[in-house]
Amino acid sequence: MTTVEEAVTQAPVERARIVGRPTSSTGFWSWFTTVDHKKIAIMYGTTAIFFFLVGGVEALLIRIQLASPNNSFLDANQYNQMFTMHGTTMVFLMGMPIAAAFGNYFLPLMVGARDVAFPRLNMLGYWIFLFGGIFLYSSFLLGGAPNGGWVNYAPINSTPMADGFLPGRGPDFWAVGIIMLGIGSVATAVNFIVTALNMRAPGMTLMRMPVFVWMMLVVAFLTLFAMPPVTAALIQVYIDRNFDGNFFNAAMGGEPILYQHLFWIFGHPEVYILILPGMGIVSEILPVFSRKPLFGYAVVVFSGIAIGFLGWGVWAHHMFTSGIGPVAVAAFGLSTMLIAVPTGVKIFNWLGTVWGGAVRLRTPMLFALGFIAQFTIGGLSGVMHAIVPADTQQHDTYFVVAHFHYVLFGGLVFALFGGFYYWWPKIFGRMMNEKLGKVQFWLLVIGFNLTFFPMHFLGLEGQPRRTYTYDEGLQWEGLNQLATLGSFTIALAFLVFLVNAFMSRYSPPAPSDPWDGRTIEWMTPSPPPEYNFAQVPVIEHRDEFWHRKYTEDDEGRLLRLPAGAAVDTEEHEHLEADGHGIHMPSPSYWPFVFALALPILGYGFVFKNWYILAAGVVVGFFGLVAWALEPATAEDEGDDSGAGPGGGHLASAAVEGGARSRPIVDEGVH
Amino acid sequence: MAQAIAAPSDSTELVPAAGDHGHAHHATNTGVSNAKLGMWVFLSSEALFFGAFISTYFLYRGRDEEVGNPGPRPREVYDIAFTSVTSFVLLMSSLTMVLALAAIQRGDHRRLRIWLLATAFFGMVFIGGQVFEFTEFYREGLSLHTNLFGSTFFTLTGLHGAHVTMGIIWLLVLWGRSMQGRLHTEHAEAIEISGLYWHFVDVVWIVIFTAIYLVPQN
Repeated sequence: MTTVEEAVTQAPVERARIVGRPTSSTGFWSWFTTVDHKKIAIMYGTTAIFFFLVGGVEALLIRIQLASPNNSFLDANQYNQMFTMHGTTMVFLMGMPIAAAFGNYFLPLMVGARDVAFPRLNMLGYWIFLFGGIFLYSSFLLGGAPNGGWVNYAPINSTPMADGFLPGRGPDFWAVGIIMLGIGSVATAVNFIVTALNMRAPGMTLMRMPVFVWMMLVVAFLTLFAMPPVTAALIQVYIDRNFDGNFFNAAMGGEPILYQHLFWIFGHPEVYILILPGMGIVSEILPVFSRKPLFGYAVVVFSGIAIGFLGWGVWAHHMFTSGIGPVAVAAFGLSTMLIAVPTGVKIFNWLGTVWGGAVRLRTPMLFALGFIAQFTIGGLSGVMHAIVPADTQQHDTYFVVAHFHYVLFGGLVFALFGGFYYWWPKIFGRMMNEKLGKVQFWLLVIGFNLTFFPMHFLGLEGQPRRTYTYDEGLQWEGLNQLATLGSFTIALAFLVFLVNAFMSRYSPPAPSDPWDGRTIEWMTPSPPPEYNFAQVPVIEHRDEFWHRKYTEDDEGRLLRLPAGAAVDTEEHEHLEADGHGIHMPSPSYWPFVFALALPILGYGFVFKNWYILAAGVVVGFFGLVAWALEPATAEDEGDDSGAGPGGGHLASAAVEGGARSRPIVDEGVH
Repeated sequence: MAQAIAAPSDSTELVPAAGDHGHAHHATNTGVSNAKLGMWVFLSSEALFFGAFISTYFLYRGRDEEVGNPGPRPREVYDIAFTSVTSFVLLMSSLTMVLALAAIQRGDHRRLRIWLLATAFFGMVFIGGQVFEFTEFYREGLSLHTNLFGSTFFTLTGLHGAHVTMGIIWLLVLWGRSMQGRLHTEHAEAIEISGLYWHFVDVVWIVIFTAIYLVPQN
């Protein structure tokens, strides 16, 4: 099937233009121009795991430094760079991009679409993420990495470099880099929102959407509204630092606390941006391995939306010690207790799903259960922070570090690993090793709790975070050594995951539906073809695929319908009834070119060099105009209108007169 | 296995509206095309971006006087009559934008090009006025560094100016596309979507102009 297609693939008849249009959808270079949401997702995931490793190494260095009192393994500035880049990496270069990877792969598949709404914009988001990450890390070679904490607080980070508060250009790299990454995140958010709202298969009403899609939709709205305030704050920091502005200059009447407000108006919704995709993944895994529908689907969805709304009203609980006054503190304490309610509701829904189910303890299920247990611990210590006097005591101690690692590591990371094990066969067409998976799970549980549980006690005993060492005789040695031991156990667990991922290429091909799944992504072959569904399914139920496989007899017992009745086969004869064939967007160079302009502009801003800035403007302008003038699909040559960088429409990939036809190739990474 | 080959006539049908990035032969779930929905969603994000800067402006409004920062004060540099004229020109560009959309919907491509150019030109007049104003203020001693007014004023109006500039480039690209004969009547939505952006930038200016120039302050 593929060879025939490749044989007819030729360069399309091109009008005179500066650069031709990329045509191949296989091979190394196709990864630079692809607009296939699944390939983009794999790129997101791979890059994010790489940054996960880098952030993990930074964490290990931190733990080595803290393993003994008055240690000199790292000096204060190196330590500052490590915790700043660890936090920044895990939030912006691991957490958000991995969510984008899962969202990219499964949001279109789960709603029965052939791609996202704006495929080229999707590609742009990835390149901005990659270039933004490289830009941030290049600071290590260009005078020192950011070292003012992942919150980049003013005034320490906004005071001009000449004043020497922080050595190096770190805060500039941070401000410019995060603005850059924010542009990519907003692009992806717009894409996800439009895809989920506009491109659902016939019959897929909003209340039939899988919970993962719902959570990604909420996350996209949160991203959309959370990035602008922090962008504004960082522009202000940049101006203060580089043009002697006064936004946060107290001597001129500027208010450093304005930065805290603008940052946490972003920063708290960001917590939900990170955790909600994990909640979505877990809500997919639990029903499949309990062989029961999700308990209280509507409640789970509305709880997710409620978290999305309430998430905007709790930001100042990060600022209880900043003197915002008793009324504000009381109000934000109350709203923080309130947001625990929908979160707690979800936990009970998950328990209700497992309760009485035919539970199969496969690796994804283990991770999902681990998520529930550990996230609950993190949630409980979170509610403790709503109690203002307690929070004031715990502020900036290791108690807080323990809390948010229970939420984001014990919660999010466990859900992500669950997601990897669950969807791996779909993405790569191979099963991961079950034994290694279980070994990894238990190593991770032990390592994680060993690392972070002692931090609760260290925090209550007063060990401050973001401080590179501590004195002897404070009796913190034992617990710190325990935490360091745990962190290396985590590293070992991660290694097992990498081995498992790598070895999976030698395992036998996975069936299209290895877990007896419920949602429609399991109806496609593993891995799915470029166009996802040969025939877009008509959705009649929530858990559509389940209802196509099973029915109930009179006494309510499950009956399996005849095999294969509903599985989407690879037969391309069953093309859409309208006979138009399957329309896929064409690859493009321009997202890459346009994204390339951003780091160039970034270096121009950081070093205040007009030549670099001008080069960035030229590259960006060229990329943008070429993008605007390029039709989304090759054969629309001359018909597109340059609607701006809005992306492509899904239109015919087949070409007039058969001059060119896109190869339909199964594109696993193997 | 060969894919079905789209009949040549399809390619025009598939792009009834340039901005329509969805299946043109299916309606979208919301009934609003992908590109238009995407633009609305994006503009909601932009609203918060300007909102943050406008809030910052209000927070620091009049504070220079309170803390005794060096001048100049707003009242010493503003030329409200001049700025009102350029603001009026910018608002009129929204009218020409609407006329451009009406023209392409009628299939009148000559007038479409005239109104597109007029819109871009009015935008450029506004930007020219802003450049003049910035230069003038700077000569009178106001910079990002001088006082809180300087920091907030230049940042807020400068970022708005950057948005207008992006809009001008977009309009000129559309105009060039039309000159090449590659912007057909069925692409009216492309004009509509650029119009959404343009009107948004105008509306933001109404807020900024009111907040900065018209609300009285010392």
